[in-house]
Amino acid sequence: MTDSTNETSARTGSPLVKRGLADMLKGGVIMDVVTPEQARIAEDAGAVAVMALERVPADIRAQGGVARMSDPDLIDQIIDTVSIPVMAKARIGHFVEVQVLESLKVDYIDESEVLSPADYVNHIDKQKFTVPFVCGATNLGEALRRIAEGAAMIRSKGEAGTGDVSEATKHIRTIRAQIADLQAAYAASPDALYVKAKELSAPYDIVLEVARTGKLPVVLFTAGGVATPADAAMMMQLGADGVFVGSGIFKSGNPEQRAAAIVKATAYYDDAAAVAEASRGLGEAMVGINVGDLPAPHRLAERGW
Amino acid sequence: MNSPTIGVLALQGGVAEHQRMLGHLGAETVLVRKPEQLDAIDALVLPGGESSTIDRLTRIFGLRDPLIDAIRGGLPALGTCAGLILLSSHIDDPAPGQQSLSVLDVGVSRNAFGSQVASAEVTLTWLGTASPSVRAAFIRAPVVTSHGPEVEPLAEHEDRVVAVRQGNVLGISFHPELTGDTTVHRELLEMAST
Repeated sequence: MTDSTNETSARTGSPLVKRGLADMLKGGVIMDVVTPEQARIAEDAGAVAVMALERVPADIRAQGGVARMSDPDLIDQIIDTVSIPVMAKARIGHFVEVQVLESLKVDYIDESEVLSPADYVNHIDKQKFTVPFVCGATNLGEALRRIAEGAAMIRSKGEAGTGDVSEATKHIRTIRAQIADLQAAYAASPDALYVKAKELSAPYDIVLEVARTGKLPVVLFTAGGVATPADAAMMMQLGADGVFVGSGIFKSGNPEQRAAAIVKATAYYDDAAAVAEASRGLGEAMVGINVGDLPAPHRLAERGW
Repeated sequence: MNSPTIGVLALQGGVAEHQRMLGHLGAETVLVRKPEQLDAIDALVLPGGESSTIDRLTRIFGLRDPLIDAIRGGLPALGTCAGLILLSSHIDDPAPGQQSLSVLDVGVSRNAFGSQVASAEVTLTWLGTASPSVRAAFIRAPVVTSHGPEVEPLAEHEDRVVAVRQGNVLGISFHPELTGDTTVHRELLEMAST
């Protein structure tokens, strides 16, 4: 919270430096890790950052119960183990978990529907913090509300812990289609944007910016169900700036090789031969759950609003 | 004179921001992902990103040796943040197995200012020719910890060297492409046209 206006003194926590770190992650893969050993494997495989958490989404799903912020000891150990950025998850609305994580000097906070929400009305006021936030979204209105609250990066939600990429596909396609729709509406009649802002339940100024530029004002990654190099490359071809992989790596038969392969396929997503090469001989992918078989109360993407 | 063609190494990181900045200054840009593309450019930008990831990808996709040959052969090059780390001859604190291209005679330390909460915008005195000052964004930025006699420091921040030039190579700790300050890119375009 140090928005100094003095041009010569350093200005920390500005939107530019918060969004800037996300810019530097583009084209990369961010991997969920639950131990320092997994964090090392992720770094060796070429991950651009790791997400430190206590249980991957597949285990949260299997074990049930309330899922919370990780133990600070675990986060410290992971920060000490790797040199790449370390992200950590806080519960939706749980601003004290964020105060704790910021004091541990994590590089990014994920206000995440994968954990149990702590507040069913309010998301965290993210503008108040120096540490930047990434938030999930299933559609454009949700993304823009999170940006208004101060999110410096958006990830489409998908359905975490399933290994089923179909929801990730739906969410990234929905966001991209709604942006295109906004652009078309603006081109046809600029005053239509007031109604669009109302329909999206998002602030007019941000709606106008998206209509003018044809993209979100922050980086857009995708998440939830990515399990193979081809899944990652498809997300990139659908317009994602990068990919989060949760359970897909460390719930597979050969995490080292699969992690490196997903990194390769994300970087060379438009080169079918490179994606084919990356897909060879990876052993078993995570077994997974079809999203259609999940009863609605167990769908994580429906948390957050 | 025709506008110069500037390549931006496009393996991972802040590629589009450099493209936009160079386009704004009237240059043509090419996204470099294959070795043969290095033959058709007048200068190269190595963008910010995660240095250990970009290093790994240059080796996997056969770009490491062609990059070294091109830059040693005189191709003007600008590395920002991770790009500076990639250009350096020594990384004080590499990720396990991380390599650099050794085309700029400097040692660097990664994340030298600390974690993201220390990332900051600041205006620095610029000792190059394009401008007297530069608006910089440091994001988990590296610094130059040692340098050879042919290396000329161009900027300092908190008493540490954060910008250098050695012949055809510019290495910068910070992100001018995020602040919109054109000083560093104009310096590169000047190098590309001579």
